Amino acid sequence: MKRNLMLFFMAVLVVAVAITGCGEKKDSNVIKIGVFEPITGANAAGGQLEVEGIKLANKLYPEVLGKKVELVIADNKSDKVEAATAAARLVEKEKVTAIIGSWGSSLSMAAGDIVKKGKVPTVGASCTNPLVTKGNEYYFRVCFIDPFQGTVMANYAFNKLNAKKAAIVQEVSNDYAVGLANYFTENFKKLTGDPNCVVAVANYNTGDQDFSAQLTNIKSKNPDVIFAPGNFTESALLISQARKLGITCPIIGGDTWETQEFLDIGKKAVEGVVFSTFFASETPITNESKTFLEEYRKEYKKEPAAVAALGYDAYILILDAIKRAGTTDTVKIREELAKTTNFEGAAGFISLDENGDAVKDAVIKHVKDGKFTYLDTIKP
Amino acid sequence: MTFDLFLQHLSNGISLGSLYALIAIGYTMVYGILRLINFAHGDIFMMATYFAFFGIVTFGIPWYITFPVILVLTALLGMTVEATAYRPLRDAPKISILISAIGASFLLENLAIVLFGGVPKPFPTPDVFTDVVKIGTVSIQKLTFYIPVVTVIFLIGLTYLINKTKVGMAMRAVSKDHETARVMGINVNQIISLTFGIGSTLAAVGGIMWGLKFPQISPLMGVIPGMKCFIAAVIGGIGNIKGAVIGGFILGVGEILLVAFLPDLTGYRDAFAFVLLILILLYKPTGIMGEQIAEKV
Repeated sequence: MKRNLMLFFMAVLVVAVAITGCGEKKDSNVIKIGVFEPITGANAAGGQLEVEGIKLANKLYPEVLGKKVELVIADNKSDKVEAATAAARLVEKEKVTAIIGSWGSSLSMAAGDIVKKGKVPTVGASCTNPLVTKGNEYYFRVCFIDPFQGTVMANYAFNKLNAKKAAIVQEVSNDYAVGLANYFTENFKKLTGDPNCVVAVANYNTGDQDFSAQLTNIKSKNPDVIFAPGNFTESALLISQARKLGITCPIIGGDTWETQEFLDIGKKAVEGVVFSTFFASETPITNESKTFLEEYRKEYKKEPAAVAALGYDAYILILDAIKRAGTTDTVKIREELAKTTNFEGAAGFISLDENGDAVKDAVIKHVKDGKFTYLDTIKP
Repeated sequence: MTFDLFLQHLSNGISLGSLYALIAIGYTMVYGILRLINFAHGDIFMMATYFAFFGIVTFGIPWYITFPVILVLTALLGMTVEATAYRPLRDAPKISILISAIGASFLLENLAIVLFGGVPKPFPTPDVFTDVVKIGTVSIQKLTFYIPVVTVIFLIGLTYLINKTKVGMAMRAVSKDHETARVMGINVNQIISLTFGIGSTLAAVGGIMWGLKFPQISPLMGVIPGMKCFIAAVIGGIGNIKGAVIGGFILGVGEILLVAFLPDLTGYRDAFAFVLLILILLYKPTGIMGEQIAEKV
């Protein structure tokens, strides 16, 4: 009896494997696009905003070349090692046609070699470190890069805040933050003409929660402005600790701050902070921006963050490239992506330069009455 | 470095150190009785902060009602973990229980990701705790005064419980020898369960204080504090309650002073704790207070 039961189970297993095996055979009526984002971990809030934008784009434009587009979401868990695994899964197991992502330059860089070897064209939404696309012909992005962002913030500190002395607090294990800090320093020195204008540089690690020692040192140097690029969670804690230690000077940062969690965690302390970003819903730029804003508000019942618009743009840009290529051949799609000029995206017109980076305006926002509010637009 | 600046650093260090101490006590209690490193301690700590988040933010219950309720809830959670993950393995080799502890830790972490989501949430911070007091040029959060007080209250309370009460006597007996204690008519399971309850309550107190100080909670927030407080417990001599407090302070103050005086080494801040652990294990494996057996739970 026992043996019969065994045989029966084995038969069931064989059938099951056969069925799923058939299911896994490449369905030629579906085009798979990988979504490579942090869904959990320290960057999750940012990643999920991008995914919202991507899902919305997929809902509005569900087909290309007469085939259905299927999103395959891979969580890179805000971790560089997990990121490499997630990217490899998309390339090797899921065999996606293209990939979107990731929020966070370090995570994107972890996937760089994998997409290059697998020849899968990848479009980053908001990863701004130059090294993401440099020397990698398969990596593109729909946002500007850190040298521009660092310059914009240095200009803002010097011209608008009349700052002569700056302190820098950087998330030292994050390529995005370190890059931004370097470009800021370089330009701030040029503007002030003073090689000692950066009076303090303090570091912290991703995931740190206590910044009291670094901030106490900075306070003793008495800077006019603090530039603190980094993740929104750490930054929000950092800013509220700075205010509690009695640091009153303006604190400025980068695009990563624009998440609801930054406001929730920072509460009153983040009031008045200024940062550069990609897009402001107060000033829609293109027709696509209007469609995006309308649909986004309808779908999620809130105002979109810049990165949601960029996730949306990354998706429609890939779809456009597939349409132009007329095939799902990844090499041809890559060639078409590289040719992108004046593509109408939700967060502005996209022209890709020789490195695959978008050249576009930067927007400056600040926190006012617990909300992100538009302040200024800066041309490249 | 001026004197004021040094005082500010020192107050920052003491504030962090007393938090470590509070959580380390919980570690050490459980170890003292069971000879088991409860790796799930950091995750029970995390769960407590989520309970507080739901109590205050989602249900809008005032903090002075929520916090005591959380202590009870977390104690129950700790007892449940003990009853399901450790009790069935009471007579198994030590290594099996250790693996089970790691399993319980991962289970709680991933359960939290599934239930609460991976996005960090803001921890509610009533002004009573987070207001800032200025003494000269030194700014200190009120919380910085409360944490050491709470730590000392628990230290005295536990020392009394263990040394002067009947339950404490039973705990000490169980820690020496399960079998003999059972023969003497002590309900070993009940005593161990109680120990876990108290240990988890401490984790909850630590979690609430942690959340007030660093008002951001996420499912993996217990991992690093858990590791560090475990190290604090080892430095002080694991199993020894006073040692855990001393270890916590050494670790907290040391970490802050490292970052303050050697800013270039900031990136090695977490490594500092582990280097300290290795040194202690090499040169004084019993920890600072290790030799005094009298204090052992």
